[in-house]
Parts: sequence; C-alpha cells; structure tokens
Amino acid sequence: MSMGCVSPDGKLSERALSFLRLVKERGKIRPEEAVELTGRPLFQVRSSLRELTQAGFLQVEGQEYALTEKGHSALE
Amino acid sequence: MEQVVSMPRIGDQAPAFEAQTTMGPIKFPEDFQGQWVVFFSHPADFTPVCTTEFMGFARLHQEFQKRNVQLLGLSIDSNFSHIAWVMNIKEKMGVDIPFPIVADADGKVARLYGMLHPGESSTATVRAVFVVDPNGKIRAIIYYPLSAGRNMREILRLIDALQTADKHGVATPADWVPAPQTWEFTEENTKVIVPPPTTYEDAIKRLKDGYECADWYFCKKKLG
Repeated sequence: MSMGCVSPDGKLSERALSFLRLVKERGKIRPEEAVELTGRPLFQVRSSLRELTQAGFLQVEGQEYALTEKGHSALE
Repeated sequence: MEQVVSMPRIGDQAPAFEAQTTMGPIKFPEDFQGQWVVFFSHPADFTPVCTTEFMGFARLHQEFQKRNVQLLGLSIDSNFSHIAWVMNIKEKMGVDIPFPIVADADGKVARLYGMLHPGESSTATVRAVFVVDPNGKIRAIIYYPLSAGRNMREILRLIDALQTADKHGVATPADWVPAPQTWEFTEENTKVIVPPPTTYEDAIKRLKDGYECADWYFCKKKLG
C-alpha cells in the first residue's frame, strides 16, 4: 500500500511534516487535539499518526504522541 | 471474478480492512472509532449517476459533519482513477468532493461487504450503503441497483432516526423527520441520464447530439 505520510524510500510528505511540527510545538498531542488544530478528519489524523509512529518519527505515550529523536532530526 | 462470499448483517461488527483512499491509507473501522460512518459503494468512476450522487453527498457534507458522520466511498477502481474523477468533477461541475474514496481495484473489500451482486453485474458494485456506528457496529444497510441514484436526504434522515433512537430510547414511524422539511425538487430533478458512450467515436458524436452534457460521460435529457 502506498503511504500517505512516508514514501517507501522514507521521504516525508508535507502533511507528515505539518504533523511533526504540530507535535513539536505542543510537546505531546492526542488525535482529537490534532483534529481541532488542523481541521483534518479524525480518520486521517489517526492514520497519519500511526504511519509516523511505525516509521519511527513519533512514539505513543498513553493516549498521546510525542516526537522521537528521529522525529526531531527530520525537522532540523 | 470471485463471487460474493459474505453479506454483513445489521448488528454485526463492520468487517475490518486496510485500504488506500484518495485521502491516504485507512484502517477500517479502527480509524473511525467515535464517529458514525456512511460507507457506500458505487458502480464505477466516470459514470454519470455516481457523479450526481457524489455531488449530492458533497452538498450535504456539512449536514453529515454536524451529526458526527464521516462519509466513505468505494468502487472497484484504482486510486489514480478515483483522483482523476474527483478532479474532473471539480473541473467540470465545480464541486469539491470532501470525503475519501476507497481504491478497491481487486474487489476484495467489495466482496467482504457483499457489494457485488452477480445478477446485476460481476464487476461493478451495486449502490450499497452501510451505516456504521461509533463502536464499529453495522446499524443499517440499503441496497439500490446500478440504474437508480440514491436519495441523499433519506440517508441523512436515516442517520437522524438512528441517533434519535439511541439518544431517547424511542423508535421512529414511517416518513418521520426531526423537523418539518422543505423538499426542494425542481424541473432539474425530472431529467434523466443518457447511457455513457462506450467508444471514442460515440463520445465525440454525443457532444453534438443536443443533450445537456457536463462532460463526455455525463449527459442528461428531458423525457418527451
């Protein structure tokens, strides 16, 4: 399946980068907060956060998502 | 093509699947937990009846949003085809399609949901509608044939009836609506769709036949 946030060669889409920036800005974020802040539909937020987690850019902490070192590096 | 292998029923948990959509990959119903979903199939992209349905859903999109409903379309076409069709609707009809469409080129999801009815067509999905509640349970199912476009307001009314029943522990009678409705049918609603051409030659000819054409595949006429 093609990816919405991360291409098979590991490149991040604009949507992915905007999510990473948002998580960096907020520290941690819940999907419902991301819906409010981005105006994107819930299914797309959940899907994007899951993809970014699977690719190692985010980590799950309880109900929230936080940047990993790889996530921080991607924004530098 | 493989025949229908399953037919989910009201009260069942919505069968799970992963798929690509025009708005990115999804896990269904997991990604939609907490929201109602109207999951509907249509026969194929670049078909006129489906185009009218998509524009109808788009017109009522805000009403669905107010009710915490996510629309989700599907047909046995590729993601590229879905994207091209959505762009065509925007370009020729001026309507943005604000909901995702599942790419189901191999028909896997259509078979999982019993959207293929071989007596009607072995390759095109019928007009199925599955209403899935915030817990991923199927609450209503509607089937329409390929030739008749669905009534979008009825789907909205069905959502209102289900949500009212859940909230107040009641049932709703025939023709129930939550508030008096204004049914705005006009002359436009009386026009019918002319079958799309199947060859390039016919497509060119069609544009000169005096029909009302939004595009080569989408022409209407008034019945005499």
